[in-house]
Formats: sequence, C-alpha cells, structure tokens
Amino acid sequence: MISQQLLYAIAGIGLFTIGLRATLLHQQLLPRLLSLNVCGAGVFLTFIAIAYQGPDAVADPVPHALVLTGIVVAVSALAMAVALGRRLRMLDDE
Amino acid sequence: MIDLLWLMVDALLVTLLLILGWITCASTDIKRGITLFTAFGLLLALIWARLRAPDLALAEAVIGAGISGALLLRAINDHKPLGSSTPQRSAWMTWSINLMALALFCVMSWSMWLTLDQVDSTRLSQLVLSQLDDSGVSNPVTAVLLNFRAYDTLLELAVVLTAVLAILALSPMRSAFQPAGVLLTGMLRWLVPVLIVSAGYLLWVGAHAPGGAFQAGAMLAAAMILLHQGGYHSGSGLNLMLLRVLLVIGIALFVGIGLVMMLLNQSFLDYSPGWAGLLILVIETAATVSIAAALTLAFVGGRPDGWEPVTDSSNPSNSAEFNS
Repeated sequence: MISQQLLYAIAGIGLFTIGLRATLLHQQLLPRLLSLNVCGAGVFLTFIAIAYQGPDAVADPVPHALVLTGIVVAVSALAMAVALGRRLRMLDDE
Repeated sequence: MIDLLWLMVDALLVTLLLILGWITCASTDIKRGITLFTAFGLLLALIWARLRAPDLALAEAVIGAGISGALLLRAINDHKPLGSSTPQRSAWMTWSINLMALALFCVMSWSMWLTLDQVDSTRLSQLVLSQLDDSGVSNPVTAVLLNFRAYDTLLELAVVLTAVLAILALSPMRSAFQPAGVLLTGMLRWLVPVLIVSAGYLLWVGAHAPGGAFQAGAMLAAAMILLHQGGYHSGSGLNLMLLRVLLVIGIALFVGIGLVMMLLNQSFLDYSPGWAGLLILVIETAATVSIAAALTLAFVGGRPDGWEPVTDSSNPSNSAEFNS
C-alpha cells in the first residue's frame, strides 16, 4: 500500500518540477499557461496520493474536497489569464 | 499475484502521465500542446478513479480536460505565433533552471520518502467519518465541502466570481461562430438535453454518491459552450440583469443562509440539525447555476450585450502620456 502511495506521490512531485521548469523556460503566454496547469496537476496528484489509504479503506475526504476546490479555482485563473493576454494583444494592435 | 498486477498498472499509468506531461510542456506547436493537455487531463481522471477519488475523476474529466481545453483552443487566435523572433532563454539561464528543477525534485522526493510512513493521515478522515451522520449528507466529500469546511467553498465561489468580473471588465465578447452544419446541429439536439439531465442527476446524487455542485455546474457550462460553438448565440436571449442574478445567486444564497444560521445558532454557517440536508441541497443548486454561468462567460470572453471596455486611444490625455 505504502509503495503505491509513494509511487504516485513522487510522480506528483515529478510532474510539479516538469511543469515548473517549462513555465520558467517558455516565453509565450499559452505554452506557459499549459505548463503551469501541468505543474498544478502535480500538486493535486501528491495530495490525493497521500489521501489514498489502500484498496480496502475509504480515502481521506478532506484532501479530495480541497483538490476539487483547487480544480475549479485553477480553471478560473486560467480563464482570467487568457482574458488578460487577449487584452494585452488588443492594446498591442492599436 | 493480484498485487503485482496492480503495481504494474500503477507503474504504467504513472509512466504514461509523466511522458504526456513532459511532451505537453515541451511541444512548440501550441495546437498540439493543447490536444496533448486534453489527453493528459483524461489520463489524470483515470488516475483519480484508481486512487479512489471518483468525485475528482468526474470534475477533472469535465473541467480539467473538457472546459480548459475548449478555453485554450478558443484562445489560440488571440495570440498569433510571433515567428522566429521569439526571444529564447540564454544557455546559462536554461542550465540553471534545469539544475534548480532537478535539485528541487531530489529534495522533495527525499523528504516525501522520509515522512510518508511517519505521518498519521487517518486522523482527519476518522473525524469526518465519525461526524458524517450529523452532516445531512452521506457522501463524505460533499459533507466536507458544504458542511465541515463550508468557508472554503464560500470563498471559492468568491474567487470564481472575482475572476469572471475581471474577464467581463477586460474584454468584449468573442465573435460568434458560424451556424453549424447539419451533422453538428443534429448531434447538439441529442447531446444538450442529455447533458442537462446529467447535470441535474449529478447535483441530486451528490448528497450520497460521487457528484455535486461543481461537477453539475461544469456539465451545464459544457452544454452552453457546445451550443455556442454550434452557432446558437447563447447570449442574445439573456438580458444583463438576469445574467447578474445568475452569477451572484450562488454566493448570495450561501451568505444569506449563513447569516440566518448566525441569528438562530449564534454561529456563521452552523446549520440547524435536521435542516442540514435541505439547506445543503438549496446552496448546491444555487452554486451550480452560478458556476455554470461563470464558466460559460469565461469561455465566451466578455459581456454578451456588445459592451466594450474603454481603450486608451479614446482618452487623448492618456495616450499622449504613453507616447511621450
């Protein structure tokens, strides 16, 4: 059980660093947003891996609720970043 | 034997996820990147299901893969590729970022390795499960979201509302799509009613099984986005006043019920026993409507009445300052 928890938790950390590295390396808005979302998915995965209690036990519902909140906040932030980028582009065109 | 098979499945899922994450981040063609990101979201939904988090699997499939992907695909045309003149990081910078990422990964994995079997992570879940009978619902995730940690959800609705207000203030609505061909219109006539019924089902079932306001709201938004893409101008029949009410009703009802409970029980959002199930259903219904309206507006990208934000060029003194 612990080995699966560890496997997914470390995969989450790996995903976080992959996303963070790409966010810092990219210079354009949309690739950066994609990388930032991959980075966030890594955080969610680590959280849920820690909540997992094995195949027979009920998983801890508190991290589940937090990550559910996180997914909705992430999509709101994404939409706002896209709108900000669109506004900048419109200002550039004038 | 069975354990070994499961471990192989886990290893396969993790490897696929890491590879997909890597090529999503590394792809230079943005259309390819977004398609890969959608696939990444679906794989993540599978992993949530594997880790016994079906609520998250539903939310990820609708929001993480579906609505994020649609939002990003719609944004491609906002940003024409800048061509070969894109500035690149210097080699020194690239190396230091790589080194920092590697060091960060090693330190965090090492600390995870050391601490994972020492923390007692069952404490909170025991607490939730022992209080579940008092919460008014039998799905532990819904109980945490709308009863035990209702503050989090209230503030989350505030975050979503703030983001949508910013979007409405920043930019005009995107130009509408052409009316769709026969095939897409026919498919929409089948899909949209199914999506609406599924949203209602998810909302209702959230009290005792995986589902709830967020998944239902996102599914309603998906129906609206599909209609918008099919050339039905979802905004035109909607007046601005109604839209404002729809956006605010979730958080307003939540705060209102919290205040009434404060008058009755001396404590904000402390539901009276016996009423909790009904109150949670009322709050969830309002939140579903608000989330659906917010996500639809986020996709459409602005106010549907054609209002445009004031630009700098319309203000001579301001633009003079910029030019000087």
